[in-house]
Amino acid sequence: MSPAVSWVVIALIAITSLGILLVRDWRWLIIYLSAQYIGVFILALQHLPLSMATVKVITGWMGAAILGMTRSNISEENEMQSVLPQGRFFRFIAAGFVGLLAATGAPRVDPMMADAGIVVSAGSLLLIGMGLLHLSITDQAMRVTVGLLTVLAGFEVLYAAVENSILVAALLAIINLGLALAGAYLMVATNVDDENEPEAM
Amino acid sequence: MNAPTIWIIGPAIFAILLMAIRNQRALSFVGGFVAVLLALTAQFVPMEEALRLGSLSVRIESSLNILGRELLIRPEEGPLLTLIYGATALWFFGAEASKSALRLVPPGLLITALMVASIAVEPFLYAALVIEMVVLLSVPLVTSIYKPPGKGIIRFLIYQTLAMPFVLLSGWLLAGVEASPGNLALAGQSAAILGLGFAFLLAIFPLYNWIPMLLEEAPPFAVGFLLWIMPTVTLIFGAGFIDRYSWLRSSPQLTTALQFSGLLMLVTSGIWAAFQNHIGRIMAYGSIAETGFSLLALSLDMRLGIPILFLLFPARALGLTVWSLSLTIIKERSKSMRFSDVRGIVRTVPFASAGLILASLSTSGFPLLAGFPARLALWDALARVSLGTAFWMGIGVIGLFTASFRTMAVLSMADEYTGWEVGENWLQGIMLGLGVTGLFILGLFPQSVQYFLANLPSMFEHLGR
Repeated sequence: MSPAVSWVVIALIAITSLGILLVRDWRWLIIYLSAQYIGVFILALQHLPLSMATVKVITGWMGAAILGMTRSNISEENEMQSVLPQGRFFRFIAAGFVGLLAATGAPRVDPMMADAGIVVSAGSLLLIGMGLLHLSITDQAMRVTVGLLTVLAGFEVLYAAVENSILVAALLAIINLGLALAGAYLMVATNVDDENEPEAM
Repeated sequence: MNAPTIWIIGPAIFAILLMAIRNQRALSFVGGFVAVLLALTAQFVPMEEALRLGSLSVRIESSLNILGRELLIRPEEGPLLTLIYGATALWFFGAEASKSALRLVPPGLLITALMVASIAVEPFLYAALVIEMVVLLSVPLVTSIYKPPGKGIIRFLIYQTLAMPFVLLSGWLLAGVEASPGNLALAGQSAAILGLGFAFLLAIFPLYNWIPMLLEEAPPFAVGFLLWIMPTVTLIFGAGFIDRYSWLRSSPQLTTALQFSGLLMLVTSGIWAAFQNHIGRIMAYGSIAETGFSLLALSLDMRLGIPILFLLFPARALGLTVWSLSLTIIKERSKSMRFSDVRGIVRTVPFASAGLILASLSTSGFPLLAGFPARLALWDALARVSLGTAFWMGIGVIGLFTASFRTMAVLSMADEYTGWEVGENWLQGIMLGLGVTGLFILGLFPQSVQYFLANLPSMFEHLGR
């Protein structure tokens, strides 16, 4: 990958993961998540054939679509605002620290992961760190799912450098979709009216 | 015909077909019967040998290739399958009594099949991926689409999902350590990542806070099933790691880490349990203590520790089944599972109260009950290694006993003139009666399960020999 493209990919991942962390509107959340998978695709392409890297981006988009479609059927007033702490400034600063950690950690991780490449390592660490940060400040089903998908995306990029088995790619795709479905299930359950509950199963 | 098709793919397809049945009783009995059949087949039908049925000759191959990788069930793993499917049958028969067959049986059979797949998959590291699929399937098992989920299920999902990347990465690093054993830095990094992965998977202190939360907010029988199957298979998976990597097996730091984490789980869960005022949370801490006992068993010399580890499994399965069935029945009859709401309930649901107390005492290691033989052997072996460790195990056990006796006191604290009645239906009474009898049989005659357990260590190449 040329240096210019590398910087573009890192910038794309940084912007999308920061966007996921900062936005309140779920539509933007889904847009950023979908855009994030383009970065994941380019990074995965460094070690995987086109077909397998495409599986990752399509799976990611399908996951984003599942979450978006589920969220669109839930009324706005049911949304719980429990992202703590509320301040965007705090989250921005925390994201800055994650970025620093990713930048300093990438040269150490790179040799551990069969010389995956600095860009791949940095992008992967950035995704993992931002996903973990997101998980640490929210308990909303949708945001937790997006956080977990981000962590897994980062891991998949790094793991692609050392393992390119079709079975692993298939299982990871199933897990990504399963995670999106589990998140959608929890989102629906969170917003259901108690009066609709049927007899105990 | 091959073993993975019989014990993994077949049950998984059957589980999906079971979703069409909407009758609780039929589902419970069909699911239970299939699980018993699978357990019996695993015990008595030989693998990799020609089996003559009249003029027909059948040979069960042990492996199946999928997408370039392999599912492999070796003949030595037959008793383990018997144990897993036998205990699953116990849960499925109990599901009818707890009125949760619709919720438990189809996903439960699918989860069991996937858990068996996690033991069978080669390279064995891929088990982490299969376990993650189980975690995702567990979400609808322990939550209802008609009820907002609590924080317990969210934490469960996060912690268990985070385990998978750590385990997979550690597998890659461990292979590197095998190739260059002198690289101490790499060994340290891989051990740390592996430790983190298993800390998440086994819910090791302090990552177990989702368990009490989940038992407060979710149906106890479904949660009990998960608290049985997931740690049991994960422990076998973990023992597989130790078995495969010689440097890990011979590492004194591993023994210390297992001992320390086991004690930490046992002592903290014992102490927390002693101060709880919620019978669901007490069961949660009981199951955490069970994992602590298992880790302590793994920290021993493997020739002694592995048989003790396998001896802990049947007691855990039976104890948790009786405990969670009792909890489900009590929960139906009271406003909540807090002490203030279940005070004196022994006079309205005597069988469930007795089951709850005996299962709790069995987990604590009360003499004559199922948990006692394994705990006694464990305590004896620990005392030979270190008296300090045995002392701390004693502290944990005292905490668990305190919780059991407090529960017993609260459940029996009825007003003097309250009359006795039997609130359980006949099926619940029979299932609890059978379960409690099983607790006594395993306690009085621990050799009765040796038939299944004696050959289990042979599933490992190096451990337990």
